[in-house]
Amino acid sequence: MNNVPVEAGLLLAGILFMLGLISVLIRRNIIFMLISVEIMLNAAGLAFIVAGARWMQADGQVMFVFILTMAAAEVSVGLALILQIYHQLKTLDSDAANKMKG
Amino acid sequence: MLLTFYIASAIAVAATVMVITRHNLIHALLYLVVSFLAIAVVFYLLGATFMAALEVIIYAGAIVVLIIFVIMMLNLKAEAVDQERRWLDSKILIGPLILSVILLGELVYIITSSGTTGEGYKVVDAKAVGMSLYGPYVIGVELSGILLMAGIVGAYHLGRQKKKIVHRFLEKVEED
Repeated sequence: MNNVPVEAGLLLAGILFMLGLISVLIRRNIIFMLISVEIMLNAAGLAFIVAGARWMQADGQVMFVFILTMAAAEVSVGLALILQIYHQLKTLDSDAANKMKG
Repeated sequence: MLLTFYIASAIAVAATVMVITRHNLIHALLYLVVSFLAIAVVFYLLGATFMAALEVIIYAGAIVVLIIFVIMMLNLKAEAVDQERRWLDSKILIGPLILSVILLGELVYIITSSGTTGEGYKVVDAKAVGMSLYGPYVIGVELSGILLMAGIVGAYHLGRQKKKIVHRFLEKVEED
């Protein structure tokens, strides 16, 4: 195999994370915000993989497995919450859910 | 091989840009699958072959399919696309874009000025990951199991449709 420069891998992770952050900030649709959080989690996992390949240790890939598990649990609970919000408020606008008692 | 890495990176960034600028949810999800596949190629080039397989199976497979199922359950019509177009006008976009690009510039400066490129290269295979996962990190595996259990229970509890049953004693009170 080759040696991919570690700066390039970390820059890719940083760019992807920043794109996800921009999307969280500019979107009002709550499903798009969930997708953006997935992009950010994936970018964090990519940074772990790059660092693990740099130091030739298995810890980066172990952390990626944990991030994967956490993302799966988070997206299931988040989608259940989105279903409840849509049934109660009849909209996907995140600004509509700003009251404690809806 | 290095050229493959740069091509896959460019595809990942371009697909993610398409994800965050789409108005249609399904189009955004299809671009998201392309982005995940490109990142899986990057994982493969970094020597993490098993993680590339997991990326394809769990991210591009399970999570995207889960979101598609929820979109189908919500039964969104064509006016949802117009609503999204109205919500995403360029006035809202400018402020977060400038701040995030400044942060990205700082990150690029920090990473490029540190100079940590390694010389040696050794592939960390799935066996080493498994030995580490069930050796020093076994408590993390158990906590992941607890987290997934909590996720299942939470998703079931939150996703349940509440039946509108009013107790007959309360009905009698309302009639009076």
